[in-house]
Amino acid sequence: MLQTWVIVAVSAAYLGLLFGIAYYADKRADAGRSLISNGAIYALSLAVYATSWTYYGSVGRAATTGVGFLPIYLGPTLTIMLGWLVLRKIIRISRRQRITSLADFVSARYGKSTLLGGLVTVIAVVGIVPYIALQLKAVSNTFVILRHYPDTTPPPGLGSTPVLHDTALYTALLLAAFTILFGTRHLDATERHEGMVAAIAFESIVKLVAFLAVGLFVTFGIFGGLGDLFAQADADPGLSELFTLTPGVEYESWVWLTVLSMLAILFLPRQFHIAVVENVDERHLRTATWLFPLYLLAINIFVLPIAFGGLLRFGQGGGVDADTFVLALPMAEQQESLALFAFVGGLSAATGMIIVEMVALSTMVSNTLVLPVLLQRWSRIAQRRELGGLVLTVRRVTIVAVVLLGYAYFRTAGETPALVDMGLVSFAAVAQIAPAVLGGIFWKGGTRNGALAGLVAGFAVWIYTLLLPTLARSDWLPAEFLDGPFGVELLRPQALFGVDGMDEISHAMFWSMLANVGAYVTVSLMGRPSPTEQGHAALFVDVFRRPRAVDARFWRGSASVADLQALLERFLGPAAAREALDDFGRANQLALTPEAQADAALVHRVEMLLTGAIGAASARVVVASVVEEEEPLGLGEVMEILGEASQVLAYSRELERKSRELEAATAGLRAANQRLQELDRLKDDFVSTITHELRTPLTSIRAFSEILLDNPGLAAADRESYLRIIVDETERLTRLINQVLDLAKIESGRAEWQIADVDLKEVVDDSAAATAQLFSDRGATLALRLPPALPLVAADRDRVVQVMLNLLSNAAKFCEPGHGQVTVELRAEDGGVRVDVRDNGPGIRPDEREVIFDKFRQGGNAATGRPQGTGLGLPISREIIVQLGGRLWVESGPGRGATFSFTLPAGVRTAAARP
Amino acid sequence: MRERSERQRAARLVAATVFGFLLFNYPILAVFDLDARFLGVPVLWAYLFTAWAGLIVLAAVIVRRLG
Repeated sequence: MLQTWVIVAVSAAYLGLLFGIAYYADKRADAGRSLISNGAIYALSLAVYATSWTYYGSVGRAATTGVGFLPIYLGPTLTIMLGWLVLRKIIRISRRQRITSLADFVSARYGKSTLLGGLVTVIAVVGIVPYIALQLKAVSNTFVILRHYPDTTPPPGLGSTPVLHDTALYTALLLAAFTILFGTRHLDATERHEGMVAAIAFESIVKLVAFLAVGLFVTFGIFGGLGDLFAQADADPGLSELFTLTPGVEYESWVWLTVLSMLAILFLPRQFHIAVVENVDERHLRTATWLFPLYLLAINIFVLPIAFGGLLRFGQGGGVDADTFVLALPMAEQQESLALFAFVGGLSAATGMIIVEMVALSTMVSNTLVLPVLLQRWSRIAQRRELGGLVLTVRRVTIVAVVLLGYAYFRTAGETPALVDMGLVSFAAVAQIAPAVLGGIFWKGGTRNGALAGLVAGFAVWIYTLLLPTLARSDWLPAEFLDGPFGVELLRPQALFGVDGMDEISHAMFWSMLANVGAYVTVSLMGRPSPTEQGHAALFVDVFRRPRAVDARFWRGSASVADLQALLERFLGPAAAREALDDFGRANQLALTPEAQADAALVHRVEMLLTGAIGAASARVVVASVVEEEEPLGLGEVMEILGEASQVLAYSRELERKSRELEAATAGLRAANQRLQELDRLKDDFVSTITHELRTPLTSIRAFSEILLDNPGLAAADRESYLRIIVDETERLTRLINQVLDLAKIESGRAEWQIADVDLKEVVDDSAAATAQLFSDRGATLALRLPPALPLVAADRDRVVQVMLNLLSNAAKFCEPGHGQVTVELRAEDGGVRVDVRDNGPGIRPDEREVIFDKFRQGGNAATGRPQGTGLGLPISREIIVQLGGRLWVESGPGRGATFSFTLPAGVRTAAARP
Repeated sequence: MRERSERQRAARLVAATVFGFLLFNYPILAVFDLDARFLGVPVLWAYLFTAWAGLIVLAAVIVRRLG
């Protein structure tokens, strides 16, 4: 005999343990060492999806429909696989917009509409309160059943226990206390409750282990394994038909159940709260993608075996409710502690759901229903100095109200269909929110009016086709209602417009979704969204593409910093308000003095902080109370914001292109810079060389002039000799300067060229005559080899003479003194004329062959004696030949003499005259 | 490059989900909707849980290297 006090003590101890875990986790969170910041805890907390309706109800469903209970868990598996696409987007948006509930999300998406938020809250409350009642009923009933251990037949007074003896009431109050303690500890901008999440994750483990323990016991303790269990069931014709779907579940119901549960996993308020608001890190979704379905698989694998076990053990219609098999089977087998454990598992399933649901609902009710009314401008409450406490009080009162409402509903509805069939009906209610949210995050065209129309239409159809018939079956409405109002058969709520043959849920889902999505899309497309709505739509839909900074533009008002600070203080307290403003000031490098005007970004930040605390719609109301003149957002600005995402992309591509170009340009510049440095060095060399070259003649001119000046009585011969030197040096100086100017002129392209057809034979003859004296002075002979017929060349005659003279005088200078031989040879070559000037001098070393064409570099060395000259003759000659389109080069080896050659292109006339 | 592979994985998740939806529904479901036992357990029950487990493994593999 299981004593009542034992059950009570164990239950109390279990709930005490929850308090302890939550307390510890909160402490850890305050210390900055989060207990829940990992994917596994996130996945486990998502398993709040499995309520006592799963824990006890699945077996009950399986006992009549076989695997018909499974779509409720297959749907979430499919949805969570899309979590990385859908849920992550909702999480990202919520984080950025500081959204803390489902109602807030819808409200914020459609222009912070108070009306929409309120409507979503109403739908959620109407849909969820009976669901909470269902959990309380499970706690109450299983407690009564367990007390009658080991008698498994339900006691006659089930569900009519006196209120004060009802464990469900105390459980409800304890849970309200838990929720108030850990769900409304303080008002902050994130609304995250680590203690609560840790407790929920722990509850998920407890219910899974308890259910698996019962499953294993039934399969291997009572029966000889799965094979034996199913073989016995197979032998019973009443049971073996549960092997298939055919009797209980139609395929289309199966599809609708899958769709319904796919939506429920996102839009049940508790799921939204756990999955989105309590999410610590988006990346935890990765673990949840496989761990959460795995959890669901594990908790479902023994459902069918337990159902068959119960049916075989107690017989079909044997007086034991299939919904209690999980508890009844261990009891019937006299497994006292297992039965107690199973009860605790059921308790954990119920309490987890109630706690999170209460937090979610109280946030929604206080933020979208109560506060917007309390905080109106005309309200006297809105004038109070401190409002944070008020908000928390509203939350706490809501929590107690919701749980008592649930309890009251459970006491009123009792065993009627209005309670026991409520699970899927709840799902269908929250599914009505899906089009507004999913449409809102993937479709920019959805408008506030569209969402409103969809929600109203879907909710109305839900009431008509699902809620009212359930109430009618519970005798709360006249039963004739099911035959259509006023007997109009076409309007029968369970076969609307004559659509027959679907089960209740599929029928209601079909019509409500048709109405909901239809109205949402139609009204959205018919109307024209306001600029603010378009702005919000872009913020939601493009959340992954949008830089943060853009958000601020939606607020176009101004207020003093002091006003905003006062506003924050009223809700968050002075310390948090100061800190928030300081953070903002630091991040934007602003000195926020109280009298300064706040810019749009600061106003926006304040609104976001308040949104976290009191919801989007309320935050807009209170911020509007201190901000002057909020100008509506102009269409132009919205277009700008909408275009921003694409612009950002375009900019980034442009930037990439620019940066590539820059790199190329930089490389070019670096090369040019090196070249410039080289040229600069050359120029310096040139200047220092030329200075040196100029100083040499100047020095000797000056020296001899001074001698003449100082010695008036110098012999005439000496004087003449000195004056000769001075004249020579002056000539040399003049020549040098002329050549430098000449070279500079040619190099800079400023020289004037008199191009005409020139006969090179004449040039050579003239040059030879001009240098004849030079050759005879040195005792050298000059031989000319001029062929009779030569083409004319196109050139500047005087310049060619200059080159020729230079080459000949060089040859005269370098040929062997005494018996030098210089030969000049002309010949036609490659459409032009080639001139060779060959001497029999010492030759030029290979390493000097190009150097002699540099400025001021002369052949020879100290041993052979420094030859006379300026060192500019060859550079100038080469420059002239190159300018005339020819080439000048030298061939030589030491001791073999040197041959200077150049070519010039043939002239026009000659070229035309040639055969 | 990174964005592309991210997109590709997202596409894989969508494909896997569609695949799962097909596995769990008519008409594939009807193929296994038999009043028979396979290795001692009902065919439909075995099928659903096997397909479910397979899908979870698939999801885990795809999601393993998401950014």
